[in-house]
Amino acid sequence: MYDHLSMPVRWTLGAIVLLLAVATAVVWRMRRRQPNRDLNELSLRIKTWWMIVGLFGFVLSISSTAAIVFLAFVSFLGLKEFLSIVPTRRADRRVMFWAYLAIPIQYWLVASQWYGMFIIFIPIYMFMWLPTRMVTIGETDGFLKAIGTLHWGLMTTVFSLSHAAYLLVFEPSATARVAHHWNSAETGDVLAGPGLLVMLVLLTQLNDVAQYCWGKTLGNRRIAPTVSPGKTLAGAVGGVATTVAVAGLIGPWISFFDLTRSILVGLVVGLGGIAGDLSISALKRDLGVKDSGFSLPGHGGVLDRVDSLTYTAPLFFHFVYYCYG
Amino acid sequence: MLNNILRHLYFFFVVRPIVLIVIGLNIRNLDQLPKDGPAIVIANHNSHLDAMVLMSLFGMGRLHKVRPVAAADHFLRNRFMAWFSTKIVGIIPLKRDMKGVRSDPLAGISEAIERGQILILFPEGSRGDPEVTSEFKTGVAHVAKRHPQVPITPIFLHGLGKALPKGEGILVPFFCDVFIGGPILWTGERATFMQSLNEAMQSLTDQARIPEWK
Repeated sequence: MYDHLSMPVRWTLGAIVLLLAVATAVVWRMRRRQPNRDLNELSLRIKTWWMIVGLFGFVLSISSTAAIVFLAFVSFLGLKEFLSIVPTRRADRRVMFWAYLAIPIQYWLVASQWYGMFIIFIPIYMFMWLPTRMVTIGETDGFLKAIGTLHWGLMTTVFSLSHAAYLLVFEPSATARVAHHWNSAETGDVLAGPGLLVMLVLLTQLNDVAQYCWGKTLGNRRIAPTVSPGKTLAGAVGGVATTVAVAGLIGPWISFFDLTRSILVGLVVGLGGIAGDLSISALKRDLGVKDSGFSLPGHGGVLDRVDSLTYTAPLFFHFVYYCYG
Repeated sequence: MLNNILRHLYFFFVVRPIVLIVIGLNIRNLDQLPKDGPAIVIANHNSHLDAMVLMSLFGMGRLHKVRPVAAADHFLRNRFMAWFSTKIVGIIPLKRDMKGVRSDPLAGISEAIERGQILILFPEGSRGDPEVTSEFKTGVAHVAKRHPQVPITPIFLHGLGKALPKGEGILVPFFCDVFIGGPILWTGERATFMQSLNEAMQSLTDQARIPEWK
């Protein structure tokens, strides 16, 4: 069952569980010491983290295909959340149905490693098919807003996130720009994919937490005061630095990156994560909602949790693809 | 017996996956839901999914007690529909047109209440335009007057009229918001009772954030 996961991947998953256990213990202690402090939100958040980590670790341990199906389901929840909070037109029900149909197709393209079609199916074919379907229905009132909204949702929740899934089936090419190298002989025998995916998800979520912690601790120059008042320049620098440090530490061990590539990918995830987080924040502000949904107690919706990932997944993937593809 | 097994299988393998996974519920104040019968739940009506969502709220454990009240002329229109509606979904058929009928139209409802069941009523009478709540008909007042001790729980549903509106055959997934209000009892008079129902429903509606849909 675990044969496709390399030792570093298993150790990393174990370390995440340990980290969560420590967080749970800390909150439990805080509860006992300061019974009057309201820690419900934090405790709920950690409880949901257990669920996310458990589920992610579970599907990853079954097989790469199971993890691809799981990520397709995350895309489905994300798109459903998006379509439930944005203004939509009654006339477009069938167009939205097509947008949902794009999910199984896109993830089937991932599973079958059809890279050429994977990379253009949504940006080219769906980009043209959805407005064509709208035109056949014939409602022109609000056309641009409707198709713009739908396409942005599909790109964000399906196209972008499916890049995380493609990491699972990615294999470094022999004629790549950068020669891939493994630290240990054992690691090279198993698939590279799970290591890449775990690295992406770990760095992205760690970056979120680091941004938050550094932002709370220091800095008062805000980077986007109208979008996210809590984000400070010092927080962003501290967060990115933390992410780069962790990337440099685990990259050469869990994947086929050398130290330089590990540090660069940390930078990509750090900066991309901030941008993704901010763009979903701007969307929510525009719509006047605090959270994108209610599926994850303590976090909000699925879109609130994968906001950074919608940017880091394609950025990480294309960095890997450029260097090693 | 066989029908009962089929009913549980249908709800477990068809209704609940559709309601909880394909659609997905955002439930507010689940603790206000009646724990046991006899009880009446009323809701706005926009889709065939409404009854399925309300029935799913009670879980598999209370499925045997939950009965939606539905129009006899629509749901008993042929033998298959009649079997499916009454035995599998478990509806209590209600005749909408009572002109020239001498029997008690509410007999089925009263019997279910006396047996301690949980009834689901749609006081609007029909699904109407998607995501538009029309005025409540006073039929629910007759039931409340006859059973003044039975609590009536108002529930506002949003999203199902987008997912599966009247006259559409394709289900398009949208999250469904479920707002559950506190119980209301018969006030002793029809006008004030209807007013308290309408006000309760309005205050639940006001809690919802409803994106533009036209």
